[in-house]
Amino acid sequence: MDLSLSTETVGDRTVVRVGGEIDVYTAPKLREQLVELVNDGNYHLVVDMEGVDFLDSTGLGVLVGGLKRVRAHEGSLRLVCNQERILKIFRITGLTKVFPIHTSVEDAVQATD
Amino acid sequence: MATVELLFSALPEHVRTARLVAAAVARRAGVDEAVLDEVRLAVGEACSRAVGLHVSQEISSPVRVVLTEDEKKFSIEVADDAPHAISVAVATPGSAGTAPAADDAGGDGEDDMGLAVISGLVDDVEVSAGADGGLIRMSWPTTPASATP
Repeated sequence: MDLSLSTETVGDRTVVRVGGEIDVYTAPKLREQLVELVNDGNYHLVVDMEGVDFLDSTGLGVLVGGLKRVRAHEGSLRLVCNQERILKIFRITGLTKVFPIHTSVEDAVQATD
Repeated sequence: MATVELLFSALPEHVRTARLVAAAVARRAGVDEAVLDEVRLAVGEACSRAVGLHVSQEISSPVRVVLTEDEKKFSIEVADDAPHAISVAVATPGSAGTAPAADDAGGDGEDDMGLAVISGLVDDVEVSAGADGGLIRMSWPTTPASATP
């Protein structure tokens, strides 16, 4: 399964809905999307991972890269994920301390630092 | 001992194939369904790392994956041909406590994170590397009674 990406603006947040598998082959596509959004001035991102079937460290690297980019503009990158197998990867790498992870897009959009 | 061996060109698009094959063989070997996601992720990490090493060092030989079904365990070996300057050994289960540095442009950060994920996921893992290449060995216990006939 390939990667699917779509974006939507909700208030001052940009929601990126990701579907499929994020791995060494597809991660560059997600990286391009995040870089493009930041370059276009979208500094508050919500990445909805509810449609993600598989995530590896390459995908984690892309998300960390996205976080670095938005933070350079005092922005934010929030994740939406309820899938235990995906959350486990964030836990074992310690990234649950780095990313705010929400249970719904609504929750992530309304959240403030 | 039943063994499946997979050789693939060091291209990112083939890593998914390796994941699918490894998960299929693991299921048949009797690895618990709840653990198959871990097998899939761990072999994907190991293969991604090997592909990255081959690509960055312009090595044309394929990446080798050996899947071995034993009486009590299912083992995976992922071998690369990239010469390594130093040998490393990772044998501490669940020891990935801190997040290594990652870089969205790829490179050593992602390589380290891949190993961190593997060592966090797999209880029995051994990483070795030398002048002739590197090898990641991983194994999971099997329950033969539940193996597919």
